[in-house]
Amino acid sequence: MKIQIPIKMFAIAQQLAGSPNITIELDEPGTVGQLRTKLVAQVPAFAPIAAHLLFAVDSEYADDATLVAETSEVACIPPVSGG
Amino acid sequence: MIELTHSPIDTSALLAQVQSNQAGAAVLFLGVTREFTDGRQTVALDYQCYPEMASRKLESLEKTAHAQWDLIACAMIHRLGRVELGEASVAIAVSSAHREAAFEAGKWLIDQLKQEVPIWKKENWADGTSEWVHPGLAPAEKEVRQDD
Repeated sequence: MKIQIPIKMFAIAQQLAGSPNITIELDEPGTVGQLRTKLVAQVPAFAPIAAHLLFAVDSEYADDATLVAETSEVACIPPVSGG
Repeated sequence: MIELTHSPIDTSALLAQVQSNQAGAAVLFLGVTREFTDGRQTVALDYQCYPEMASRKLESLEKTAHAQWDLIACAMIHRLGRVELGEASVAIAVSSAHREAAFEAGKWLIDQLKQEVPIWKKENWADGTSEWVHPGLAPAEKEVRQDD
């Protein structure tokens, strides 16, 4: 079964994506690692920064093995620069 | 107390908020918009955050600081949107009975905030270009014209 995962975009990721949200289609169950790969395939401009991007699932940092479900809130987190 | 705000930070009020008769020490840290970085002139900064997660992370940092040090009070505010030169983009106030705890916790809080809280700054340079700041990413990947 395919699921649609909207990913929130911020800062350089939002600029490169040209949108605050990018939707990625995944097989269920999917992982953050699959999202990263599909994101770069869908938005080639992400290739140079892909290795530096973190992802958050339901407001917690996730690793590539973290599972994502259709109900997950997923965000793409480029290196942070608050303060 | 944590807050994300589009308004200028009342730093005196934040400091007053952590002071009490039990506190022998109160430390206030301000992160302020700097005009020159490596010789380049900044006009203003723009801040963006992932609101739900930034609030959650700030609350978690505050809780951890209370667990690690004997603090009386702790308050953190971060600005969003445009922050002009000389204005505070972040303010952290910590109080404790003795100064070591307040100094250590204050330093730890700003160091952790800069590492893990999903907030981003964009430099608006005097030459009309602007650039998201992402530690570890090459500048050539980030440069954009202001009118983009």
